[in-house]
Amino acid sequence: MDRFLDLTLNGISSGAVYAALGLSLVIIYRATRVVNFAQPALALVAVYLAYAVNKATGNYWLAFAVALGAGVVMGAVVERVLIRPVQRKSELSAIIVTLGLLLVLQALVGMIWSNEPHAFPYAFDFRGRFSTNDAFAVGLVVVTASALLLLFKVTPIGLKMRASAFRPDVARLLGVRVGLMLTLGWALAAFVGSIAGMIATAPFLYPNVLDGVFVYALTAAVIGGLDNPIGTIIGGFVLGVGLSYVSGYLGPELVTMAALAILVVVLAVRPNGLFGTTIARRV
Amino acid sequence: MTNAEQPLLSVAGVTVRFGGLVALSDVSLEVAPRTVVGVIGPNGAGKTTLFNVVCGFVRPKQGTLSWRGTTLRNHRPDQLANLGIARTLQGLGLFAGLSVLHNVMAGADRTAKSGLAASVLGSRGAARGERDLRAKAMTALATLGIADTAHRYPGELPYGVQKRAALARALAAEPELLLLDEPASGLSEQDMAELVTHLRTLREDMAIMLVEHHVDLVMRVCDRVVVLNFGEVIAEGDPAKVRNDPLVTEAYLGDPARERDSA
Repeated sequence: MDRFLDLTLNGISSGAVYAALGLSLVIIYRATRVVNFAQPALALVAVYLAYAVNKATGNYWLAFAVALGAGVVMGAVVERVLIRPVQRKSELSAIIVTLGLLLVLQALVGMIWSNEPHAFPYAFDFRGRFSTNDAFAVGLVVVTASALLLLFKVTPIGLKMRASAFRPDVARLLGVRVGLMLTLGWALAAFVGSIAGMIATAPFLYPNVLDGVFVYALTAAVIGGLDNPIGTIIGGFVLGVGLSYVSGYLGPELVTMAALAILVVVLAVRPNGLFGTTIARRV
Repeated sequence: MTNAEQPLLSVAGVTVRFGGLVALSDVSLEVAPRTVVGVIGPNGAGKTTLFNVVCGFVRPKQGTLSWRGTTLRNHRPDQLANLGIARTLQGLGLFAGLSVLHNVMAGADRTAKSGLAASVLGSRGAARGERDLRAKAMTALATLGIADTAHRYPGELPYGVQKRAALARALAAEPELLLLDEPASGLSEQDMAELVTHLRTLREDMAIMLVEHHVDLVMRVCDRVVVLNFGEVIAEGDPAKVRNDPLVTEAYLGDPARERDSA
């Protein structure tokens, strides 16, 4: 029973990361129908900047704030400079740009900070069954996700973002600056991605540290339906706990395979995810 | 010319081409405050293109648009909306994933006082802004008699009610110029009678441009009528003058005597 509880609590902690990174994918997908493969790289750059600030100042929380701020700026700049010019042509072009950006940013951080692992601190004490650090990670993700959902559901800006996502042409007619809403969406997504990066990276930072996490986050987003934030958060936690059981009872070497199997099964049985809506496309 | 006489909207010498097709050719017209201007003509005459120019979807090759005497240059649709131009669409354009209330609140947003930072930071101003939008949206829905549909989704409602929701969304923006694209299409006789009443009431607060195939409706509610054919203005004036214009009869209204002979 103890083992079961340990695995469950471990899974919840990992699930928080998958939920956060998954949520960052969903925010962009809802607005633009683009899967942002560069999301882990944006988070990675934010975490490396935090690493540099922490190393220079010894102030972890300043480093944390810098990572979040860098996420916001990078998200906005990437949308405005790289995505918007190509997205007018096709969604596929934008997806390919995000893939290219992933490779470029990963190479860039390796060139600047080397490909060797660097020690990266936890926010709080990480020892114990469900450590203070685990509680912080889960709490931060739950609070951030709740705040974002409230922003989308009950504020005028959230309404404009949703209107822009549904029908950008009509939203423009209503006076909505759709371009600004898209930039804001990318900035918020990269902000959430940076949170995921900060809680997922410790104890070691290296250029591919978020690759595995991204696969699980994408799986969580697909389980959730890709356009459903609540579904993705639930998907993240369920996947985290599920993979923790796989690791604990069947062996850690099977975790990635299990995640991919879940991804394939969900796509085969419910292509729009467990919580997603059917999308009609004009052909 | 005094401010009171100054037209709200002036379209001067507007030409639009799509490749080799001339959709509008040297079209000029004016819309004065608190008047209803009907735009009629056969299919393909350029009526919707004219609306697309006025709301910023299409930029003309030649000609200018002026708003209260100020020339508009390369204005985006959102900028024109924020000047006070609202439009309904033939296809309604309601957001399927938003409730009727949220659809209309999105329309009222140009009147919202809270800014981007306030919303993102969740300030009290944002909460007040949200309450204001909600109140304006409910007022617009109540004016059109569909307040009870506020929490339903557009897809659950009959077409006539959806049409009113689209009109409520345009009205919630508190426009100075309202562009209505075929507001009577698909409506029952009773709905159409109510539409006439609404248009007459709205006219007291705003100018209206109306693209419509129901000629009787146009003649009943419009102060002036502009007739387009193959992208050109072939007649303009008060409804009686337009109805009796032989060019209009030939191009659009049809000749009752000739129709009787051929029957």
